Amino acid sequence: MPESFEPKIVAFFCNWCTYLAADLAGTSRIKYAPNVRVVRTMCSGRVDPQFVLDAFAHGADGVLIGGCHPGDCHYQEGNYKTLRRVRLLKRLLEQMGIEPERFRLEWISASEADRLKTVVNEMVEQVRALGPLSFASGAADSPAEPAEAVKA
Amino acid sequence: MSHQNSKNGGGVRIGVYVCHCGTNIAGVIDVSALAGYAASLPRVAVARDYKYMCSDPGQDLIRKDISEFGLNRIVVAACSPHLHEKTFRLVAASAGINPYFVQMVNVREHGSWVHEEREAALARARDQLRAAVRRVALHKPLERREVPIHPDVLVVGGGIAGIHAALTLANAGKHVFLVEREPTIGGHMAMFDKTFPTLDCAACILTPKMTAVKAHPNITLWTLSEVVKVDGYVGNFRITVRRKPRYVIEDLCIGCQECIEACVFKQAKVDDEFNLGLSKRKPIYLPFPQAVPQVVVIDPETCIEFKTGKCKKTCLEACGERGAIDFQQKERFETIEVGTVILATGYKTFDARRIPYYGYGLFPNVYTALEVERMVNASGPTGGEVVLRDGRKPKTVGIIHCIGSRDANTNRYCSRVCCMYSLKLAHLIKEKTGAEVYESYIDIRAPGKGFEEFYNRVAEEGTLFIRGKVADVYPAEDGSGRLILQAEDTLLGMVRKIPVDMVVLAVGLEAQEDATEVRRLFNITCAKEGFFLERHPKLAPVSTFTDGIFLAGCCQGPKDIPDTVAQAGAAAAEALALIDTRTIEMEPDTAYVLEEACSGCKTCMPLCPYGAISFREDVKKASINEVLCKGCGVCVASCPSGSIQQHLFEDGEIFEEIEGVLAHA
Repeated sequence: MPESFEPKIVAFFCNWCTYLAADLAGTSRIKYAPNVRVVRTMCSGRVDPQFVLDAFAHGADGVLIGGCHPGDCHYQEGNYKTLRRVRLLKRLLEQMGIEPERFRLEWISASEADRLKTVVNEMVEQVRALGPLSFASGAADSPAEPAEAVKA
Repeated sequence: MSHQNSKNGGGVRIGVYVCHCGTNIAGVIDVSALAGYAASLPRVAVARDYKYMCSDPGQDLIRKDISEFGLNRIVVAACSPHLHEKTFRLVAASAGINPYFVQMVNVREHGSWVHEEREAALARARDQLRAAVRRVALHKPLERREVPIHPDVLVVGGGIAGIHAALTLANAGKHVFLVEREPTIGGHMAMFDKTFPTLDCAACILTPKMTAVKAHPNITLWTLSEVVKVDGYVGNFRITVRRKPRYVIEDLCIGCQECIEACVFKQAKVDDEFNLGLSKRKPIYLPFPQAVPQVVVIDPETCIEFKTGKCKKTCLEACGERGAIDFQQKERFETIEVGTVILATGYKTFDARRIPYYGYGLFPNVYTALEVERMVNASGPTGGEVVLRDGRKPKTVGIIHCIGSRDANTNRYCSRVCCMYSLKLAHLIKEKTGAEVYESYIDIRAPGKGFEEFYNRVAEEGTLFIRGKVADVYPAEDGSGRLILQAEDTLLGMVRKIPVDMVVLAVGLEAQEDATEVRRLFNITCAKEGFFLERHPKLAPVSTFTDGIFLAGCCQGPKDIPDTVAQAGAAAAEALALIDTRTIEMEPDTAYVLEEACSGCKTCMPLCPYGAISFREDVKKASINEVLCKGCGVCVASCPSGSIQQHLFEDGEIFEEIEGVLAHA
């Protein structure tokens, strides 16, 4: 494992709780590890298991799903559906050789900016200790056609 | 995967705009490098960075580029989409492109404000920006649909906040349902004697508003009532209200109180809630003299008729022909339709028993401020006299500030009103008893109109201030029955022990016991301390994250009466602004079925919490009602054949985003 391994965590945050917790972390200037890349969905229940697989297949070292606490879902019970799916997916991922620490579901409410920081930092450290996901393909973008850069 | 096929969509021309936000973003993230990077991405026709993208010149910049470069997609790397997504969608729309051809990249709340290391922050911003550029290329034009707004408003809570909001709306010609769970409106304010700093009498300014509520043709007042169910969405809420029995017919009771006189209980024996148990009431009672409605109420917990069924029912006799008393009344449920809701559910005071060393509940002469507030009130349990439990007048009184506020063990926040009401109580106690009054405080917080002046006045009147928090309250050993306040006077740098006859605990304000249930009912959010969370602390202080639901008063956080009234007015204005547009545009992020792919397996149907999915028997396929769908996307994620999609959150768009953040720079 290279010394400077920086894990990349893809985080699916629901629009109403965890995304807002991340916004609150910002307005409260709470610092956390910069390894996370957020994809916003309206509800954690929108997170298709394929999204998680796609993230791992394209080089994510970890995937975090953040939703509202049970009973707090903006859509009444979407997070329960998430939980159901995540349990099954976790077993599938383990069978594929993906360590359970690489895939996490957390309930983080809009007021829990501190918890967001803790979860992200903890996960980054755990995944860092595991090292890069071994079979990551790391599919690169095709080279870009340069466009006109203009300074305002 | 198939979603990759849609890359290189024909004729997509993206403009990327990186905001400096002054130094908020530019101070950490190299905005010019980020814009330069954006320009190197496929389909990006132009990329710029600018000081304030949300400003008028910033917006004009985008509009100009749209026409000059023929842009048809916009990516803005700036603050949270919760703040300015609407702004930039409007910019796009004003320049003639579909508002949903805009994607925001949050490089402030999720970037410069949370990461210190410049390189890492830039790397994250690059990844998130690349994802947005890839995603936006797939965006489809979407239309918002219009739904009518029901003009009626529900106001929950009949304290000063709810009263003021209801009257404002009713005066503007809107019909208001005011729901209060107690038998009377008035809330905490009705319990106060004088109000700081002007010392005007709370009842004198509140009761006219209370009677105005009752008399207003546009207000339906339901006391002893609670909201139990909330369905629907902004503009079209269906609210179910539980109306508890009063056992007195409101329309028939004239408030003569002869029944109370006639009650078989000759002596009042039940703790009077309004006087916090400092006086007694009968099982049939009027909560307080100015209660609105002026209608008695029977407490079934203590009424002999309810307990044994064998009461002589002298109250019934006293009521006579009016026949207002009805022991058969049952709980009822009523359903109303409203377009907007104002929550004004108030607060509870901190339970002083939680800090045992102040001796509340242990030593008889330790009172909470609210209890003393009742005592100084002329219509209170002592007729306005401040007395100890044994009836003596106190010669020395110690007021302890910050009980349950500014304390890591209880609540960290400042309750905002305690300093001022403590000063007020010091003034009133001095006026009524001539006692020596000590105030033990951490800091005196008097930031309001006339507040500092009032502090000076109370100090000049001879109230003694001790800067330091009381660490202990214990009985004096001399058998005088006095209590000793032990505190470190941080200005003198010594520990002081002050004997007093009476201790007053300046209890802080906390969220209501059932704030969590209420929050879930209305689908809003609470802040860490349990108070309802506003949409934006500065720019949307009375709105919530649920459209059409507004906040007023202390349910949003501790505040004094002027601020509460101002906020209630603001909430009413927000509701009015919404109602008077008559229609509201709904976000188009609903789910839809790709008919040719649907196998008719019905997996999705039980997952929808809104019953928006039905099964079309004729074609054996699922169908989603766009009006009922709220756009959570649960059905989309669960469809085994991938035949449900969600506008703005299409599988393809999300895959692009995932692969976008992971692609190598």
